[in-house]
Amino acid sequence: MSESKTPHYVSREPFDPYSVEKLTPAQEELYLASQWRLMWWKLKRHKLALVSGFVLALFYLVAAFAEWVAPYDLHTRNARFIHAPPQAIHLFHEGTFVGPFVYGYNYKLNMSTLKREFTVNHKNVQPLRFFCEGDPYRFWGLFESRFHLFCPSANAMKYERAGQTFSLSGQGGTIFLLGTDRLGRDLLSRIIYGSRISLTIGLVGIAVSFILGIVIGGLAGYFGGWIDAVVQRVIEVLRSFPEIPLWMALSAVLPVTWSPLLIFLGITVILAMLDWTGLARAVRSKLMALREEDYCTAAQLLGARPRRIIGRHLLPGFMSHLIASASLSIPGMILGETALSFLGLGLRPPITSWGVLLNEAQNINVVALYPWLMLPVVPVVIIILAFNFFGDGLRDAADPYKT
Amino acid sequence: MLRYTLRRFLTMIPTLIAISVIVFVIIQLPPGDYLESHIATMQAQGESVDQKKIAFLREQYGLDQPMWKQYLTWATGFVQGDLGYSFEYDLPVTEVVGDRMFLTILISVVTIVFTWLIAFPIGIYSATHQYSWGDYGLTFIGFIGLATPNFLLALVMLYLANVYFGTSIGGLMDPEYIDQPWSTAKLLSVLEHLWIPVVVIGTSGTAAMIRRLRANLLDELEKQYVTTGRAKGLPPGKLLRKYPLRMALNFFVADIGNLLPGIISGAEVVAVVLSLPTTGPLLIASLQSQDMYLAGSFLMFLAILTVIGMLISDLLLAMLDPRIRLQGAPAK
Repeated sequence: MSESKTPHYVSREPFDPYSVEKLTPAQEELYLASQWRLMWWKLKRHKLALVSGFVLALFYLVAAFAEWVAPYDLHTRNARFIHAPPQAIHLFHEGTFVGPFVYGYNYKLNMSTLKREFTVNHKNVQPLRFFCEGDPYRFWGLFESRFHLFCPSANAMKYERAGQTFSLSGQGGTIFLLGTDRLGRDLLSRIIYGSRISLTIGLVGIAVSFILGIVIGGLAGYFGGWIDAVVQRVIEVLRSFPEIPLWMALSAVLPVTWSPLLIFLGITVILAMLDWTGLARAVRSKLMALREEDYCTAAQLLGARPRRIIGRHLLPGFMSHLIASASLSIPGMILGETALSFLGLGLRPPITSWGVLLNEAQNINVVALYPWLMLPVVPVVIIILAFNFFGDGLRDAADPYKT
Repeated sequence: MLRYTLRRFLTMIPTLIAISVIVFVIIQLPPGDYLESHIATMQAQGESVDQKKIAFLREQYGLDQPMWKQYLTWATGFVQGDLGYSFEYDLPVTEVVGDRMFLTILISVVTIVFTWLIAFPIGIYSATHQYSWGDYGLTFIGFIGLATPNFLLALVMLYLANVYFGTSIGGLMDPEYIDQPWSTAKLLSVLEHLWIPVVVIGTSGTAAMIRRLRANLLDELEKQYVTTGRAKGLPPGKLLRKYPLRMALNFFVADIGNLLPGIISGAEVVAVVLSLPTTGPLLIASLQSQDMYLAGSFLMFLAILTVIGMLISDLLLAMLDPRIRLQGAPAK
């Protein structure tokens, strides 16, 4: 049959002028996808950013349900367990499976060195309880509850000294997974509660600096001229200050008489005051480029006011980019707060943040004797790495049209 | 070049004036002044206050005069080398500051050199071996350095240095050399103590610099002239040294401006932990006790240090890059 075809073959099918431009369904989905959808697809390919995002979500969840996750209350003191080292979780006791449990401590005050010595008592098995009742708390300050994710063993703890047996009423066993501090407060619980402050201070600070950056950078970029010149100079001056000394100076200004909440807000604003410059610069340079676009001229000719043009037509064009760069400056703020609190210039007890907790580890003795008091640095490092990786991923994804 | 240098110097002046205004406002912000709180504490302890001296100080520094006049007195004094009077130490600020500024500068400069020495080879390696295990590993270590708070690292290093090398804890020299004239032994002792703050302060800056250098060099390596060079048959090492590296070097010099504020910041915090005889511990103390002229001088010095660092980096950049000195504006 093939011989019947002439060398000049003509197809009898109807002619479709768009056949070359025809898109496969997959392509069509790609071309029609919104910007945010494209960003999500691109972010999904960035595995490290995805994992970091997951870690961040986990941390914020824990912070939100701190009362429930923490085995003890923020201020519960265990007078018998001052500077107790971390207790390890075991599963097997003398070869038999018991489930997660900890060994109790024997406590002795060394009379020659006055050092509190804790020795693990391998007879005293204290199984963990899950979804149990423990220290009472007011959840989000709203309603009373005693419900915890896990609590120490309920058996009255046997406490032997010189032939006498003491038993602690109420609590029973102990669970100090990360040890206790100088007042016998459980470090893990304090870290969990502290995450509330440490994690929100970055967010609140970035929100303030975001607004400042957009408004000031927007004005400078859109109007140019002398406004721009002034803003540029101000930014230059602020950037030439070393950050931490200036933060120190500003937080020394906060009056001691202020309530903890006001101090918290004050510190956040101080952190934000130096941080907006980077964002303002980014906004300014983007606006400078975008305001020459035709659609901007069109809007102007239609009589739109600057506020509408900036907010409605220009900002959405690079919002994603801004969010990405904002997420990259959160770690700086968290570190800043930690450093300030560590030096005693930032937040002060009773407010508990990771920096405040680290403030107790200021002494070289701590490193030598109670190294677990330095543990609050672990969540700091994790959260900063996570924000960095996540921000990197976001920044790459923010420009979805660039492959 | 001369014109550029001159212009760069002139633009520094308004910046410095603005900085001095900000510093002055900050040190004035806390309610009351040092003399008031001083009198209050003295009276609370039932001691008499030397009214004459108070009145003299009040007049000398014009504490009863309006803000702007006080500022002018302070600023003009500053230019002439009169830094004011430290109420806390009962000494002119210049004498309190003494060696401390010098040591701060020493630490900052050594840290910058350290940062370069570490960041440069690693950055090049990371860029030329992109996505290799070495690249990932080094980037990861860099990130850890970026994320660990300086002060804690300082504490741990101090402890380790004490345990393993027997370095005395705290300070920048062994106790017996304090207040001694400079000698070889003292210098050695300083060097022995110096590496801890330098390494600690350097870590975060190094990580940031490695990342930026890597990104910059990667951009350069993608350019067509590199492909051309490779097609011509240039050996890889020569190709790297001859062109892209020189371009990346420009940026490297320009980066001092970014690096310096961070290093000085870090140096202040680390200095408190290590109780170094630099500006850090005194700055905090003076801020807390409202010793305003001392605090102001420190803040001002640190800012001036940064501004001068940026000036040097801009001038070096202009020397390296003819485009900048001809256009007269830094390429940013």
